[in-house]
Amino acid sequence: MTDAPWLDHENNTPLVQIRGLTKKFGEVTAVDNIDLDIYQGELFCLLGGSGCGKSTLLRMLAGFEFPNSGTISIGGQDMSNVSAYERPTNMMFQSYALFPHMTVAKNIAFGLQQDRVPKGEIEDRVDEILKLVELQDYKKRKPQQLSGGQRQRVALARALVKKPRLLLLDEPLAALDKKLRKHTQFELANIQEQVGVTFIVVTHDQEEAMTLASRMAVMDAGRFMQIGTPTEIYEFPQTRFVADFIGSANIFEGRVTEDSTDHVRVETDLGEIYIDHGQSVTQGSQIWVGLRPEKIRVSKSPPKKPGPNQTSGEVEEIGYLGETSIYKIKLKSGKIVDVTAPNQSRPTMKGQKITWEDTVYLQWEPSSAMLLHS
Amino acid sequence: MYHKRSRFLTIMLCLGLAFFYIPLLLLVIYSFNHSKLVPVWGGWSLRWYKVLFESPDVWNAVALSLRIAFVNATFATMLGTLAALAMVRFGRFKGRTLFGGMLVAPLVMPEVITGLSLLVFFISLQEVIGWPAERGFTTITIAHITFSMAFVAVTVQARLTGMGQDLEEAAADLGAKPFKVLTAITIPRLAPALVSSWLLAFTLSLDDLVIASFVTGPGANTLPILIFSRIRLGLRPDINALATIIILVVALCVAIVALIMYRQHKRDLLDQQLAERAE
Repeated sequence: MTDAPWLDHENNTPLVQIRGLTKKFGEVTAVDNIDLDIYQGELFCLLGGSGCGKSTLLRMLAGFEFPNSGTISIGGQDMSNVSAYERPTNMMFQSYALFPHMTVAKNIAFGLQQDRVPKGEIEDRVDEILKLVELQDYKKRKPQQLSGGQRQRVALARALVKKPRLLLLDEPLAALDKKLRKHTQFELANIQEQVGVTFIVVTHDQEEAMTLASRMAVMDAGRFMQIGTPTEIYEFPQTRFVADFIGSANIFEGRVTEDSTDHVRVETDLGEIYIDHGQSVTQGSQIWVGLRPEKIRVSKSPPKKPGPNQTSGEVEEIGYLGETSIYKIKLKSGKIVDVTAPNQSRPTMKGQKITWEDTVYLQWEPSSAMLLHS
Repeated sequence: MYHKRSRFLTIMLCLGLAFFYIPLLLLVIYSFNHSKLVPVWGGWSLRWYKVLFESPDVWNAVALSLRIAFVNATFATMLGTLAALAMVRFGRFKGRTLFGGMLVAPLVMPEVITGLSLLVFFISLQEVIGWPAERGFTTITIAHITFSMAFVAVTVQARLTGMGQDLEEAAADLGAKPFKVLTAITIPRLAPALVSSWLLAFTLSLDDLVIASFVTGPGANTLPILIFSRIRLGLRPDINALATIIILVVALCVAIVALIMYRQHKRDLLDQQLAERAE
């Protein structure tokens, strides 16, 4: 297996193939004509706001909902007529859905019992998976006698113990507090690597998606806005929606003034923006340019020579966040630009500290600006 | 100010409680009255308990009522649960709204109408197919099931809705076929609602006078029918004794339920403590 099976169509057949999938609830279209391939061993994140259709898509994969049109196949097998209990998938629920009238061990054994696995083997596999999630000592507890983090691990163990071809995780970390969530993110990715099962994770938390995913899809109104690796999505968003949804972005309207194979020039109310790599745009067309706040340098001294990719403005507001500060800079055109800068040294009374109403100069790299097509 | 109770509220509370419990208390006291005339006090005695225990028609009525209540509660719980499952778990189906309405109709239907219509139904059924040959245990039980079922359906429906579908979906996802999901997850989760539904149906049946009077036949007297027919001939001390026994049984049942609930509450608290200490 290569590191990026989705780039190598010749040698890889996708584990999950979704074609033209549509699901309507009455008048509302929850999932709108979606195509997607997911490969063995991926940790694929579906990211979107509430009501974007990500959970419906997951539930269709699990077999809890059936599509109005389109097909899902898993491991080459069409799932149109396969019920939830016959699918090679298992799901980890947002609520964990642990059976409160059964002990931890019985919860985990439940799935194996349905497959009529011999008793001795069930015990071995339950012990093995409990070891993986470090809950050996809690076998005989009931779910309500466990902490939130432990319940989450029981839910994961229960879903993994049947060795599904595909594990579906619905907001797996949403119910945990922030500190535990960060820790568990890495743990989840580790476990996925250890067991080698393909994961599809639904989340509304972009940080979670960025840390976990091998690839991710940004969803809105039942459609995929963009599919790619976290780096691709963050550094090369194709639309204003994606640029703004993942991280934050200053977005300017502009017109392409020069389109060459190795660079693009765009005229905006930020001045001229020069991008040092080719993009498929047409000269003279209207376009949007996105600039991430952390990619803009802010300084009190003017740039040495005039040119593109620089402008100046007045500090309107400062937000001190500890590790970084956010500056809201008002340009001459009246537009506000967000800039973040790391606080590398402690702020002192003296020195080159940027403060309110200072005139500051903004600069960015030729590679930084992102062209957004819609 | 927070701790000081309004005198008005205290008085109203006492009056309210008095209104509820003084009649019951009087009934209990008069059951121990030796005198043959209820309002005349003739000293303490167990005389009427003896009379009561020696009158077979009272015990026949008690036995009949208990039998009807038991069979009714069992069938009503089963049928009502199935109806609730259809309403909550089967999604949208044709006629769902109508079915839902028909399910709760017996709750609002005047008992006299229910009783009368069932009587007409049983009589015409007898004309056409010769069954039921006589009215009594069977007809009363069927009549009770028809309205108890509605109460069960409403109770179970509320519980099913509150439970959500996650656990059942999780079981199906882990490979459990629909029937297995029902027996391994849904029914154990519903158990408290099923028990309280059964008890509710049992009580409703034990309590019913109007409908039973309509659909009963000669010789089949349930306890309420018996008490009511005797009271019509005047207050009788042995009925007071019977009522006292019933009050005792009910109080005992309530105490047992309270004890069970208290234990459950303590167990929940313990679980919570374990969970907090777990990490």
